[in-house]
Amino acid sequence: MINLETPRKFRPFIKQAHQVADEFLRANSRKYDLAEHAYPKELDLLASLVDGMGDSGQGQGAGAAGVRRDEDDGAKAGKVRNGTNMSSVLSIIEMCWADVGLLLSMPRQGLGNSAIASVANDEQLERFKGTWAAMAITEPGTGSDSANIVTTAVKDGDAYVLNGEKIYVTSGERADSVVVWATLDKKLGRAAIKSFLVPKSLPGIRVERLEHKLGIRASDTAVIVLDNCRVPAENLLGNPEIDTKQGFAGAMATFDNTRPLVAGMAVGCARAALEDTRELLEEAGVEIDYDRPAQTQSYAAATFIAMEADWEAALLLTLEAAWLADNRKPNSMEASMAKAKAGRVGNDITLRCVELAGTLGYSENELIEKWSRDSKILDIFEGTQQIQQLIVARRLLNLSSSELR
Amino acid sequence: MATRRDPMGIGLAVLNRIASSPTIDKLKLRKTTERAVYEGAKGGFRVAGATTRAFKRVKGGGKPARLARTSDSGVFDLEPTEDQQMIVGVVKEFAAEVLRPAAGDAESSDDTSKEVLAQTSEFGLTLLNIPESLGGLSEDRSAVTGVLVAEALAEGDMGQAVACLAPAAVATAISLWGSDAQQQTYLPAFSGDDVPASALAVAEPRALFDPFDLRTTAVRAEGGGLTINGVKSAVVRGSEAELFVVAVDLEGSGPTLVLVESSTPGVTIEADPSMGLRAAGLSRLVLDDVQVPADAVLGEGAADDYRECIRLSRLAWAGLALGTGRAVLDYVSEYVKTRTAFGEPIAHRQAVAFMVANIAIELEGMRLVTLKAASRAEQGLDFSREVALARRLASEYGMKIGTDGVQLLGGHGFVKEHPVERWYRDLRAVGLMEGAVLV
Repeated sequence: MINLETPRKFRPFIKQAHQVADEFLRANSRKYDLAEHAYPKELDLLASLVDGMGDSGQGQGAGAAGVRRDEDDGAKAGKVRNGTNMSSVLSIIEMCWADVGLLLSMPRQGLGNSAIASVANDEQLERFKGTWAAMAITEPGTGSDSANIVTTAVKDGDAYVLNGEKIYVTSGERADSVVVWATLDKKLGRAAIKSFLVPKSLPGIRVERLEHKLGIRASDTAVIVLDNCRVPAENLLGNPEIDTKQGFAGAMATFDNTRPLVAGMAVGCARAALEDTRELLEEAGVEIDYDRPAQTQSYAAATFIAMEADWEAALLLTLEAAWLADNRKPNSMEASMAKAKAGRVGNDITLRCVELAGTLGYSENELIEKWSRDSKILDIFEGTQQIQQLIVARRLLNLSSSELR
Repeated sequence: MATRRDPMGIGLAVLNRIASSPTIDKLKLRKTTERAVYEGAKGGFRVAGATTRAFKRVKGGGKPARLARTSDSGVFDLEPTEDQQMIVGVVKEFAAEVLRPAAGDAESSDDTSKEVLAQTSEFGLTLLNIPESLGGLSEDRSAVTGVLVAEALAEGDMGQAVACLAPAAVATAISLWGSDAQQQTYLPAFSGDDVPASALAVAEPRALFDPFDLRTTAVRAEGGGLTINGVKSAVVRGSEAELFVVAVDLEGSGPTLVLVESSTPGVTIEADPSMGLRAAGLSRLVLDDVQVPADAVLGEGAADDYRECIRLSRLAWAGLALGTGRAVLDYVSEYVKTRTAFGEPIAHRQAVAFMVANIAIELEGMRLVTLKAASRAEQGLDFSREVALARRLASEYGMKIGTDGVQLLGGHGFVKEHPVERWYRDLRAVGLMEGAVLV
């Protein structure tokens, strides 16, 4: 039965998440936007809270734990399921309503943790429990074309030796391990790309420097260098064989799970801007009437309704992608649709909110300007707008990557 | 008391009816559609309202029958019920096998053929929102089914879809808001085989029209009746219609709905051919000192009922946009893969492929928002916001899909050899229409 309301069983936890986000993240938003690279120590307490909730089985995490397609109840019995993908997205939305940068800085909830949750085997999952894992894919010469990475992993006895330079590693300094993408054999192309969990305690891995950024300044973005770094062979995530038939699909599958999460970040961030802008508009005497035709209302009211419409579409596309995953239906195209729509409207909405709020919105007195800076990255990382469109188009038109390049 | 059907309301009864109707593939449309009355009206010719069958007035006095609200399942779910899937399956087939092939002829004759209309009453399109106790097929409200049906029909052809849905809109309005007497007087005709052409007339021909600020007025006349004056536009198949539900500003109580039979003196129909939706036979309804009894006011004439009517109508238009948008997406997807330029299919170019991807993304987004609005409506939750958002998306991206559809075909999109230019004209209607259809 078609119903797009928030699942009843998640409503109390969302309320809780919202309060936590308000107290721990929103309250410190400006502080860590101004103090770039300072460690947000307030999050340590929150992280233990999240861990505790996770251990007691009632927590939905902040995203990282939620991307595993666990094999239980519901879907098997033919029942519709609202599971961890959905709850993770809903949780992320609340957190990013408060602060995207701080969400990304959440201890033990890194994107690397998502990768572990998605591709690690059960033994690895147990062994890496409690680690804070960053994710290292991008290189100075390789962005969207991640199949072209040149960081190498060479088998040497019971270890792999990694060499290369990784950039844009979120939480690269604060995390205690990094999931590194490297190629076993460049000649074999994408099938030879594997991911490795590299503890930062190992010799041969170091943080080279931290970036200064347009937004999400609370989150540290590191350059990481791997210099003859010996990584135990059992830290290779997933299957060590080079399966040219399976190709890149395994590594890329992580994205089907993480893209809805990033879409959720954009949805949360844009909601914050919409809420504050609505208050400011109402203070300025603008009334928003959903029944009267928008063209008979003020420009500001009509613009607001238009923004809300795009926002709602982004939200529901995001929930759809999560719902598909929870019910074990393919969601690769929908995940990219969600990321494309949420990425672009998140950015557009926040920027337009600044415009509507005038110099008030532009000033550091309000957080709207900050959200309009934070939102930009969400249309870039985990696959740019253009990459998402490419994925959607290929799926839709049934074209290969050599036909539609 | 009839046995209560399952929560989604549209029960097996609908399917039974569909199954027993002559199979769709047997239906052959006559190439030359019968056109008598409307032909002359094409050029702005005025005709009197169609002669009405005698709606036998029933006193009534009991409580009107009302469809129940569906309950909140508490689970986020995008899967239609099995009943809905079956209904939509049949309607989709009808749209593909009947409406789509007939679209060209229907457009050039400015009307939907009687065979097509008869076919829709055969499978019970008008009955989906009429309570079972009044000869309909439903116990519960189902705006979601309504949206899915509108979508499925419009995938075939929006103009004919509107013509098919117009009587259902009037039946639905009487079911949802009519008094016991009104329900007993009018609804039996809608559950029979010869469903009366009828129209829900809300729009008025002026810029920045606002359905909450009407120029069509009803004033209390001596002797207790009402006198109505004004002009209504976008009236579906006006010259054929036997019954109108007209939005008027009722003296002292604001906008409300009034039942007007077409044979009432002072009712005139003017053809109002428009850029699209030709098969819906759009007309103006001119009301010149039309006298109706005081009990012609639909139900209690409550402001909330009127508001709900406007919202549900916009929802139906959003549903129609989804269907036509889907038609565009499927058509261009095929086209860009087969059309070659510079030695390869144009689909291999990002500039082309990304346009198609964006059509799919926006279509899915507006679909989800429309379904959310519909599911809130049938659960009895406030859905004003969601309808406004669905309408905005259907208007903005529906039109974008229409214009990009033509663009992707280039010059071929501009000529009538392909249906895309018709979809372009039809999709322009979505953001500006009020009334006419209802879920």
